[in-house]
Amino acid sequence: MNQYSQSAVPRTAYQKIWESHAVSGDPRSRALIYIDLHLVHEVTSPQAFAGLRSEHRSVRRPDLTLAVMDHTVPTWERSRPTPDLVAAEQLRQLADNCRAAAVPLLDLHHQRQGIVHVIGPELGLIQPGMTVVCGDSHTSTLGAFGALAFGIGTSEVEQVLASQCLWQAPVPTLEIRVEGELPLGVTAKDMALAIIGRVGVAGAQGTVVEYTGSAIRSLSMEGRLTVCNLTIEAGARAGLISPDETTVEYLRGRAGSRSGRDFDRAAQAWLDFATEDGARFDRTVVLQAAELVPHVTWGTNPGMVAAVTGHVPRVRDFASEAEREQAARALDYMGLQEGTAIEEIFIDRVFIGSCTNGRLEDLRAAAAIAAGGRVNPRVRAMVVPGSQAVKRAAEAEGLNRIFTAAGFEWREPGCSMCLGMNPDVLAPGERCASTSNRNFEGRQGAGGRTHLVSPPMAAAAALHGHFVDVRTLQPAPLAGGAEAAT
Amino acid sequence: MNAFTIHQGLCATLSRDDVDTDQIIPKQFLKRTDRNDYGDACFFAWRYDENGQPRPDFELNEPIYRGATILIAGRNFGCGSSREHAVWALAGMGFAVVIAPSFADIFTANSLQNGLLPVRLESVSVSRLRERAARGGYHITVDLQRQEVRDDDGLVATFAVDPFGRDCLLSGRDPIAMALSESDAIGAFESRRPDWLPHTDGPGIV
Ligand code: SF4
Repeated sequence: MNQYSQSAVPRTAYQKIWESHAVSGDPRSRALIYIDLHLVHEVTSPQAFAGLRSEHRSVRRPDLTLAVMDHTVPTWERSRPTPDLVAAEQLRQLADNCRAAAVPLLDLHHQRQGIVHVIGPELGLIQPGMTVVCGDSHTSTLGAFGALAFGIGTSEVEQVLASQCLWQAPVPTLEIRVEGELPLGVTAKDMALAIIGRVGVAGAQGTVVEYTGSAIRSLSMEGRLTVCNLTIEAGARAGLISPDETTVEYLRGRAGSRSGRDFDRAAQAWLDFATEDGARFDRTVVLQAAELVPHVTWGTNPGMVAAVTGHVPRVRDFASEAEREQAARALDYMGLQEGTAIEEIFIDRVFIGSCTNGRLEDLRAAAAIAAGGRVNPRVRAMVVPGSQAVKRAAEAEGLNRIFTAAGFEWREPGCSMCLGMNPDVLAPGERCASTSNRNFEGRQGAGGRTHLVSPPMAAAAALHGHFVDVRTLQPAPLAGGAEAAT
Repeated sequence: MNAFTIHQGLCATLSRDDVDTDQIIPKQFLKRTDRNDYGDACFFAWRYDENGQPRPDFELNEPIYRGATILIAGRNFGCGSSREHAVWALAGMGFAVVIAPSFADIFTANSLQNGLLPVRLESVSVSRLRERAARGGYHITVDLQRQEVRDDDGLVATFAVDPFGRDCLLSGRDPIAMALSESDAIGAFESRRPDWLPHTDGPGIV
């Protein structure tokens, strides 16, 4: 028995994490919260390190901090210096800052380098009950482990570096329950897009989301990471999934986990963080998994989403003047006609990767569709593994050969065309089927047009040159392999 | 931290919902390593055409808004990426206050850290301000002490703000210094942390 199991009122995982991390202050209003792990990358950290230096402050816990190069790294040629001198300087500053503060760094050439939200789980550094922050909004991904994980800005990065703590207020909880079984061809990505379409891009604002229900329970850790990743696109502060046996099994044998008896002891402590039966949420939204279909976004935010069998909406069908204006502007930017069938939208580029869908399971699902096919001659398609570990595991299974034989480019890990801070960008007007998380204007390149989809949907679009319903295709059986090793 | 108590200034409007931080400051400006001079890049793709000329159809380019320090925005302002550069860019463009029916969570936190006041008002009040601002030359007062917005024609609207953020802004206190002043409590907390928690300098990590 620990302190939690004796509590009279059943509590959520979020409440338990919150209460067990208050260092001082009043946990009911504003408390100083201890941060168990701080992940750092090159884009949002230089000003924070500079701030520390100018105030003569030091990094309190380099041993609870991990830095990685991911956002601006080239995914093609890494043996020569990066030609982008401004990006190179930013990478150099991260290396210098880490060296000076003794913060462990996975640099460009490290065998465990990868997207920050992909490497944390692989290394076993994200465990139930932890608080995790990173200067990156998609830190919500890591809530898949039953951790409280959220994105912060650079000033707060500086605060965590200096004190390992953050001033925080408790927030209401939103339960998103998905019951039943996902149909074949419908993925965790489609589930997440359906959720955002349902609650809206601001629908979860000011809350911590907990995903519950049988469809969530039956997801693998990789699928759970995808769902939690997109929590931020509904506006939530964080999203999490209560820990269970799937969580514990994923963590077994990872570098960050203990071993032997110590592991069993840790596993018991992890499961004690689970949401208790009867715990109250401030609000609940329920979806039925059996009703879900493959989704494609048509607009310029992730809530502008349609079924693959559906159509681009008509502006007049939106309820309010503000929505009509927003839809009209989105269609104009996207170069789409109202009422066009989604399957009749033709694409120029395909991007498979990112912290949403750059893990081994995602690449397997895409490869099963790509196998034996040929990328449409009008399309340029690339696959960017989320990490070096994913890349090695995929190559061990031969996924890279399937992709390259079909005409996909197989690249080095990084954020790549998810945000185009490296040379991987869309040209103005180019249309892309992307497994990433944001279809904002210009996100993948100025004037570029992004449609968010699942990995199998992206692979199918690559072969056909337009969107197709993957449920009508026959995926090739692939030889399954081990999960991405650490 | 910059202190903020009361601000008087000219209003400009940006009448669209869900303005994300990718629009406020596009990614090509995120490779720099300082905090200054992001103002010219603010709303870059909306503000300038391919030749770098101001787009006449973009609201904030209208001459009536020149010198504006208060931005009247739409719902869910600042959504998306956590990039604090968005706040630096807005401040660099001259804004001291953003008024909107709602703000994204991380944007709110980032604004408060930089003395850019996010004022959350009911939609009807925001619409009223927007109508008046659209005529040009509309000045209002934003009073953080009394938590109210008022104009010369008798409009008064009160707003809620995070009490901690308000205290920090009014006093100009530094949240990092406040956290560090708790170092005894932090140390005591650290001595109680469970031993199974991971460390990044352990074997097999780096
Ligand atoms: S892959 Fe995209 S969303 Fe994920 S961390 Fe990188 S840039 Fe951000």
